[in-house]
Amino acid sequence: MTFSERMYLPAIAQGLGITLKHFFKKKATINYPEETRQRSDIWRGLHVLKRDENGAERCTACGLCAVACPAEAITMTAGERKTGEEHLYREEKYAVTYEVNMLRCIFCGLCEEACPKAAIFLQDDKIAPARYERDEFIYGKDRLVEPLKTTETK
Amino acid sequence: MDSVDLIYKAIYILVIFGITLLIATYSTYFERKIAAFIQDRVGPNRAGPMGLLQPLADAGKLFFKEEFIPGKANKVLFILGPGIAMLVASMSSAVIPFGDMLIVGGREVYLQAIEVNIGVLYIFGVVSLGVYGLMIGGWASNNKFSLLGAIRAASQNISYELAMGLSLIAVLMLSGSLSLRVIAEQQAGFNWNIWYQPLGFLIFLVCAFAETNRTPFDLPESEAELIGGYHTEYSSMKLGMYLFAEYINIFVVSAVMSTLYFGAYNFPFMENLRNAFSDPVLGNNVVTLVGVAVMFAKIFAFIFFFMWVRWTLPRFRYDQLMKLGWNILIPLAILNILLTGGGILLKDYLF
Repeated sequence: MTFSERMYLPAIAQGLGITLKHFFKKKATINYPEETRQRSDIWRGLHVLKRDENGAERCTACGLCAVACPAEAITMTAGERKTGEEHLYREEKYAVTYEVNMLRCIFCGLCEEACPKAAIFLQDDKIAPARYERDEFIYGKDRLVEPLKTTETK
Repeated sequence: MDSVDLIYKAIYILVIFGITLLIATYSTYFERKIAAFIQDRVGPNRAGPMGLLQPLADAGKLFFKEEFIPGKANKVLFILGPGIAMLVASMSSAVIPFGDMLIVGGREVYLQAIEVNIGVLYIFGVVSLGVYGLMIGGWASNNKFSLLGAIRAASQNISYELAMGLSLIAVLMLSGSLSLRVIAEQQAGFNWNIWYQPLGFLIFLVCAFAETNRTPFDLPESEAELIGGYHTEYSSMKLGMYLFAEYINIFVVSAVMSTLYFGAYNFPFMENLRNAFSDPVLGNNVVTLVGVAVMFAKIFAFIFFFMWVRWTLPRFRYDQLMKLGWNILIPLAILNILLTGGGILLKDYLF
């Protein structure tokens, strides 16, 4: 080693320069609850079962989404619409239960593409939050169907 | 000394003590912030605005943790250890001149707790007592890792005190006084000692890192090899005392370095500022208050430097540490004394 290398001081000064550069660098941190990461426009999040313009559920329980699903995360049971329920369900056949297992779902969006009634969509702003129990990740109609109010505001 | 002076001194000592504790408290916050910034993170920002209440939260945590004393430890010494470390650390800021003199109601008020004509010796004596805190605590823990840490601390501090003292002698040769106030007054304006003692300052700086057990010389508490060194067995506020004492020591050493080498409360063009006021009392007071701010700015700059280095350099190996202390710094310090002596003789001969 040369004399200047053995003194270590130039190397130390160089190191201090590097750390000082990082000190003033813009931080990559996103303060999560206050800020959220900018998501892509085609980002696929939590499912939603849409209603039509009159507030009736669009889903007709055809089962195409369940067939398309590569992870087999969707199950449903179909039922027949009774008289007087026309304002609730758009088609004569509707989904009595509709469950998506969020632990199995891979958020590929094939259900969205398979749906002939434009009933299921993956939202671009919601994710499934962490929970303590596995069965809490099976989302039923109570958590999937779009609330009525939002159809009026949209 | 009449009663007014006595009351003033008592208040001043309390204020300095409070400031010391406050700076030590917030050093922990800034340490974490600076570490985070250097590592491209944002650091603590949850407790209070910008995380400013973090030190209080940390202190609260330490106070409420379980007070644990190992079964085979020497109980008295185990409790005495952090006490000594803390006491000694907070004693040493007594002789540091944080500012020049204020004139209040015709009375000259010096911004220094105690003026002793051996201020430098006092500081070095008290600071070197600090190693007893580590030594007693490490030994009393009855744990081999603590003992190893304590032995490392003791031998490291003794080794580096030699080089530190020798580098200091060159400053004392220039100043001709051991009083910190006299040394500060001699550096009026921009006539700082660093211009005459660059090598001495460098040696002093390296030794200051070793004396305060800071990285790259934090071998007494190296967590990888000694699981925390001398404070392995400590918990709760006794651990807090040790950490606190370390930060107070950093503050004191920064203050000493500012006083000895960077002109204490002096700043360039201070005479121009003094003469700008027609009222000499007002001019003096303004210059003194600006001087206090300058002094603290220098101290904070040094504290920042301590933390900056900590997050830049890795730890030394113990044999490298000893080699640096004995084989390099001490000969360099002696060379510095010779050069300084030669310089003084040359100056006397020429002028």
